[in-house]
Amino acid sequence: MIKDFFKTLISNRKSLVGLCILGAFILVAIFAPLLAPYPPKIDRLETIVNTVDPALDEELISEEYPSDSQDVLTYRSTVTREYVKTIDYFPLRARPSSAHPLGTNHAGNDLLSQVIWGTRISLTIGLATGLFVTILSLTLALLSGYLGGVVDDVITFLTNVMLVIPGLPLMIVIAAYVTMKGVMPIVLILGLTGWPWPTRLLRSQVLTLKSRDFVRVSRSLGERTLFVVFREILPNMISIAMAEFFAASMAAILGEATLEFIGLGNVTVVSWGTILFWAQANGALLAGSWWWFLPPGICIALVGTSFVLINFAIDEISNPRLRKR
Amino acid sequence: MKYFLRKLGMLVFTLFISVSLNFFLPRLMPGDPARALLDKMENLQPEQLDTIRAAFGLDTSDSVLVQYGHYLRNTISGNLGISFSRFPTPVSEVMRVAVPWSVGLMGLCTIISFMLGTIIGIAAAWRRETKLASLTVGFFSFVRSFPYFWLGLVFIYFFAFKLRLFPIGGAYAVGTPRGTLAWWLSVVRYGTLPALTIIISSLGAWILTMRNNMINVLAEDYITVALAKGLPIQRIKSLYAAKNAILPSVTGFAMSLGFVIGGGLVTEMVFGYPGIGFMLYQAVNGKDYPLMQAIFLFIAVAVLIANFLADIAVMLLDPRVRDGAK
Repeated sequence: MIKDFFKTLISNRKSLVGLCILGAFILVAIFAPLLAPYPPKIDRLETIVNTVDPALDEELISEEYPSDSQDVLTYRSTVTREYVKTIDYFPLRARPSSAHPLGTNHAGNDLLSQVIWGTRISLTIGLATGLFVTILSLTLALLSGYLGGVVDDVITFLTNVMLVIPGLPLMIVIAAYVTMKGVMPIVLILGLTGWPWPTRLLRSQVLTLKSRDFVRVSRSLGERTLFVVFREILPNMISIAMAEFFAASMAAILGEATLEFIGLGNVTVVSWGTILFWAQANGALLAGSWWWFLPPGICIALVGTSFVLINFAIDEISNPRLRKR
Repeated sequence: MKYFLRKLGMLVFTLFISVSLNFFLPRLMPGDPARALLDKMENLQPEQLDTIRAAFGLDTSDSVLVQYGHYLRNTISGNLGISFSRFPTPVSEVMRVAVPWSVGLMGLCTIISFMLGTIIGIAAAWRRETKLASLTVGFFSFVRSFPYFWLGLVFIYFFAFKLRLFPIGGAYAVGTPRGTLAWWLSVVRYGTLPALTIIISSLGAWILTMRNNMINVLAEDYITVALAKGLPIQRIKSLYAAKNAILPSVTGFAMSLGFVIGGGLVTEMVFGYPGIGFMLYQAVNGKDYPLMQAIFLFIAVAVLIANFLADIAVMLLDPRVRDGAK
């Protein structure tokens, strides 16, 4: 089933382009340590301190040692040289150059390396949230659609209520209260505000399938509920569930970037959203540093577009009316 | 009538849920922010502390249920507490200044974008074999995946910073007397870039919804019959197809509205536009929980009411709903 589904996706031109873009970003995320020219974050002060010999430091920079002696002068010039080298290597707010293709930020970190490393966090959060939302809404949809009755009433009612409560403000308020900072809280916040819409769509699909002949036959033959749900209904929901997965992942990547941009994420983590947060906080815009805020946004848009393209194809596969005549 | 009552019941219930969510959220969080709030206010006079406790329903000596009762009574009477970051201005006062800006900006943008999107969507479905139609659809699905705030940043950079066509932020020219023609013109000039950001990012959603609805309707038998009968094309397009395709769009209005407002909030943050979005930004950074909660409540109530109105519009537009309700 899943193999067939992917075969269809690859044969469609739109989804092939989408899969290629997404695949490229996944490769970048996996091989970030090899691809990035520098570490994502460098403590300039620490780098300088590491080049200094503490024993020598202790001995030479003291009260009794004559400050104009040759030793001290040599030592000082060595330290100065290391310092200048580090500063040359990691200049603050540098323009793009051959050493730093996307320039550096306010702390002297190479922006290209940050974007590459940021791919990891942003993509992980996006796909993990997408998976979380899909599993949650699939479970709820199967429960309410197949079981019906009170379970259905409760879940449908909750879905309808959550659907109309605006998501982003709710997310912002929850995130502002959460004191724990990290990846998990963001996934949870995005997931717990993102389930109603897919649940509603998936539930109606379950209802349609439930009234189909092959499911009715299977039920009248006395198959167990679990068998009917997992072997008869679920395989027929793969394409719509995948569409929901990509839609939810896209919403998650946008939501994550937004929360982080506002400063509600963990701003010490390097991701696309936090790069934009620091760019905004340091006035990159008014300094004209386009190389600082353009790349992360383009990456977000490219990943988003890849999801949209894949979903276009899924739509065309499942809804023949949208297919080109 | 039954339909109307059901929708009204849903409105009242969702309002109640939002208000309750607002109360229980901080109390569900680890670390009890409600208590942390009081700790932060240590340097205040005892009587000030008492007012705050009373205003927020934070009286820790009472049980949660009693606090909840206080909170409900205060909220319904419009007493939303006192802002922390603008102490001692009441939250309702802060909101009173900010709300008109947001309602003006987002209201206008939503209407413009809904109408434009619907028109483009109809055209894109009607002529979907043409290059232009697929290009438009492709372009807007690409734009849709931009984060709102980032599009705002790009616009500021190009149109305000590089080309100097528009101001970088704010909502009106400071120093111009309020209410004069020059002031109103400055409001338009300052509002253009934020409005463009919101309209361009939300347009795609309307276009795609309308296009897909329209394509589904165009495949119906009665359209084929109408074409075969030789009815004027314009009549088929607007009265037969578009009228029926627009219904799901109106039903989906609410969901999209929440999305547009979310985007509008972030756009305000980027442009420093003095509406509730920017207030929310300042409230979050200043840990001004009362203001934050009031803003959430306001947005939720606004969206819920807009939703209700959309449902009523569907009732008026759709004879099936109207007659079934008799």
